[in-house]
Amino acid sequence: MSTGAYPNALPSTSKMASDGNTSPYDVRRIRADFPILRRTVKGKSLVYLDNAATTQKPQAVIDELTAYYTGCNANIHRGIHTLADEATAAFEATREAARRFIGAASTDEVVFTRGTTESINLVAASWGRANLRDGDEIILSTLEHHSNIVPWQMVAEERGARIRVVPVDEDGSFKYEGFLKLLSDRTRIVSIVHVSNALGVVQPVEEIIRAAHGVGALVLVDGAQSAVHLDIDVQRLDCDFFACSAHKIYGPTGVGLLYAKRRLLEAMPPFQGGGEMIREVRFSGTTYNDPPYRFEAGTPNIADVVAFRAAIEYVEAIGKPAIRAHEEALLEQVTERVRRISGVRILGDIPGRIGVLSFTVEGVHPQDIGILLDNQGVAVRTGHHCTQPLMHRFGIAGTTRASLAMYNTPEEMDFFAASLEKVVRMLS
Amino acid sequence: MTMETTPSIRTIEDEIVEEFSLFDDWESKYEYIIDMGRKLAPLDAACKTDAHRIHGCQSTVWMASEYRDGRVHYRADADAMIVKGLVSLLIRVLSGQTPDDIVNTELRFIDRIGMTSHLAQTRSNGLRAMVRQMKLDAAAWTLKQHNP
Repeated sequence: MSTGAYPNALPSTSKMASDGNTSPYDVRRIRADFPILRRTVKGKSLVYLDNAATTQKPQAVIDELTAYYTGCNANIHRGIHTLADEATAAFEATREAARRFIGAASTDEVVFTRGTTESINLVAASWGRANLRDGDEIILSTLEHHSNIVPWQMVAEERGARIRVVPVDEDGSFKYEGFLKLLSDRTRIVSIVHVSNALGVVQPVEEIIRAAHGVGALVLVDGAQSAVHLDIDVQRLDCDFFACSAHKIYGPTGVGLLYAKRRLLEAMPPFQGGGEMIREVRFSGTTYNDPPYRFEAGTPNIADVVAFRAAIEYVEAIGKPAIRAHEEALLEQVTERVRRISGVRILGDIPGRIGVLSFTVEGVHPQDIGILLDNQGVAVRTGHHCTQPLMHRFGIAGTTRASLAMYNTPEEMDFFAASLEKVVRMLS
Repeated sequence: MTMETTPSIRTIEDEIVEEFSLFDDWESKYEYIIDMGRKLAPLDAACKTDAHRIHGCQSTVWMASEYRDGRVHYRADADAMIVKGLVSLLIRVLSGQTPDDIVNTELRFIDRIGMTSHLAQTRSNGLRAMVRQMKLDAAAWTLKQHNP
């Protein structure tokens, strides 16, 4: 792979599932690329169904990370020596891969952050502080993750802006009509989750963006969950901002992307001050660098950014449509089995759900389900999933959430459902 | 109420460890804990207030205590069954003991029945928070006793 960027680095030993012919979808070969899937938990084979929290990493990503530190490590940009050149090239190669991955027109529109949370905070703090005025409105939805609520609350309080919330239906679907009613000439920005982390429901972002642009408002798409499953083309979507995290796309933790249209980024003030983001520093005043560097103060998370490229290439090589078809079949299989368990209520039970099965069991606390599933080697997430307003909307404290990835298997779906049946028997 | 000699904290801990040693798989162990939760004496609804609430990671535990004949008596409830079972074990060990013993005895049975390793860090912090609250209650009763 990219060890060619550092000639003296150890050669990558990993083979990708995508080498050669993988048609039809070869989940065994894919699993072989993820070393962690071979481990056991409490003496049982790991069944990892917490992929919406973070995905596991293929050997190619782990190798890339090791190869970077083994054969390249240097600080990027402005370096005059070979290692710095190679590190900069590898870092910027990820920017190009990320640009391609989300369909941006230029790498100048791709800012590296720590993750989706920081990307949203960047927009709220930089664009928000510069543009929001008293009486302006920010539209969010009940489905939002706390990281797409709190940054807006912070800037709204500071600027005197008001947050309006699009309601969701009992079935978890976004109320588009309700959204249109909130939209007005006071709306400055609509910040909306593409795929809900708690339910897996998909919002009609194309329509939302068109309608918002109709009143002159901007749109931020929170792609934390969507980027790994859906084909993202920010130019076709015409969104103004798009945020996502590498670690939910089989990449390393601590790396995220913020896409923003060039004209917006150029007008936005810096988010943090420091090295790299400046043009000239004098005590009489400082001028700032051009985007994206203006927003990348300090030494970035170079190694993880570099390794993120291996994750993007891994996903691209297998192909999102093939992965999606595989995950959709698994989700249908597991949903139908879990639906038959007595007392189960599936949240967001509408067609087109992506990668997530979120449910409650009558009279049973999600924490008990999580503990007892863990004893069978099954990793799920229980609780409010950082979406307390949504849980409040449904009148529940939390759910049990199984979330899928490209390496999950039909056998795991059956094992999960059977394990859940056992748990429910034990608790009722 | 008859004044029987209450077994010591250590004796009750040993009993619990003995009981758990009979279980050879995770299922029977957890079934027992769940059963202990079901059998826990109810807590007055009036006590289920924020003042009696112990904040855990995902579940809610309420605990109240009273002081009679030189001993602290606890009651509790929880909205999750496994946590409730663990609370019931704590109550079995500490309820009816003297404030001094409650404050000064480091509990060992949670480790010895393997529950620390079976519960994730955040949740065992919840358990630790419960033990701390029980000790604080005991210390508070001692203070009230000395400064009525």
